[in-house]
Amino acid sequence: MNDISHAAMQALQLVGGADPKLLDIVLLSLRISITAVVIASLIGLPLGAAIAVTRFPGHHAVVVVLNALMGLPPVVVGLAVYLLLSRAGPLGPLGILFTPTAMVIAQSILIAPIIAALSRQVIEDAWSEYRDQLRSLGERPLGAALTLLWDVRFSLVTIVLAGFGRAAAEVGAVIIVGGNIDGVTRVMTTTIALETSKGDLPLALGLGLVLITIVLVLNAAAYLVKETAERRFG
Amino acid sequence: MTAAMRAPLSILPLRLDDVVFAAGERRIIDRVSLTLDAGPRTVIVGPNGAGKSVLIRLCHGLLQPTSGRIVWNSPELPGEPRRQAMVFQRPVLLRRSALANVAYALKLAGVSRVEREARSHTALRRVGLDHLADSPARVLSGGEQQRLALARVWALRPEVLFLDEPTANLDPGAVLEIERVIEAMHEAGTKIVMITHNLGQAHRLGDEILFIYQGRVLERAPADQFFKRPQSAEAARFLEGELPWQT
Repeated sequence: MNDISHAAMQALQLVGGADPKLLDIVLLSLRISITAVVIASLIGLPLGAAIAVTRFPGHHAVVVVLNALMGLPPVVVGLAVYLLLSRAGPLGPLGILFTPTAMVIAQSILIAPIIAALSRQVIEDAWSEYRDQLRSLGERPLGAALTLLWDVRFSLVTIVLAGFGRAAAEVGAVIIVGGNIDGVTRVMTTTIALETSKGDLPLALGLGLVLITIVLVLNAAAYLVKETAERRFG
Repeated sequence: MTAAMRAPLSILPLRLDDVVFAAGERRIIDRVSLTLDAGPRTVIVGPNGAGKSVLIRLCHGLLQPTSGRIVWNSPELPGEPRRQAMVFQRPVLLRRSALANVAYALKLAGVSRVEREARSHTALRRVGLDHLADSPARVLSGGEQQRLALARVWALRPEVLFLDEPTANLDPGAVLEIERVIEAMHEAGTKIVMITHNLGQAHRLGDEILFIYQGRVLERAPADQFFKRPQSAEAARFLEGELPWQT
């Protein structure tokens, strides 16, 4: 018990003193997860919107698969990306295994389906309300997809942040493709896993605090954006 | 004559040939044949569930008939700006300013960026909403939202305007304002085809009445004649039910 409170004190000192090692890890984590969420949004949002406003044979199957992909186990994504990027793999010559780039790729694959599936749901609901009006005005399906993306933009903020939360909190994929190399590919979650197993609790606890704070602040911000926007724009 | 030849061919008349729209076994529209010509304001009345909304959605192209044909004199081409418009019972407005809602419709109609803003302002002025041009459309009152929906179609200058109970759920003042705008569009040459449950409004705005009953056009007559001497027993009963104080 004493050990734990002692570790907690040290953790607070690390965070409060902006320990350079801790700071590096936090910044790398943010850089990787933000890049991943941007890439995943660029793919996921238009994809979700397009699936929402079009009907084609196999549409139901696509929706089911997309929803299922939300539950992709991170370690499996990590393994798949590892095989792709490993020296013998098809993308091996790129030589990006065990780099932050590989981690960005893994996280993008992990959260693009989440963003696509959730935005598809939101946009399909809006589409059922807008469809007749937009078609009456002569809007085509893909134009409608863009119009709807913009019209539900405040709901999409929440979805994108959910994707970010998932990326920042996941450990299985980045530890496999990043390799948890000190100073290169060590992010918050992988450091917590490693330091805990080594028994270095202060750093693990400190990073845990930072991680939870980031997720909390982001969600509060998302909530505020949505509330304010809905009051302002209806 | 030369002017008429230069002008693009009107999309009217609209001809419906034996049109059926079925949902499962039930025929919501049951073998309707009729022609809508440019000019007279056509008001569609009939009891709930008679198929009025489905009929104008079929005409407007939002629904496809199960069988039969719907033929415009000069059909709109896919990808070309639409030459007909519709106002719905509950206006659907985008999450942007009132002005941007009108400009959006003009953009779809292929109007150039410079012309869009001026035309949007003109349309908003026409419905008395120009002072709210920059307000978010979705926080306007019900009456203002419907006027904005009318400004949007006004700006489009359609050849045909379908209206599906545009004044349901509005207070009397808002109703009159909306009727004024519809009247002005009629005078500007737009063919009006409107559904209403308000028989006073049908009388005020209608040149001819289409009485729809159980998916069929049971009666079509000049407004005066329809209200004074309905030809069918169903229309007479409908008018009595709607206007009990006249019996």
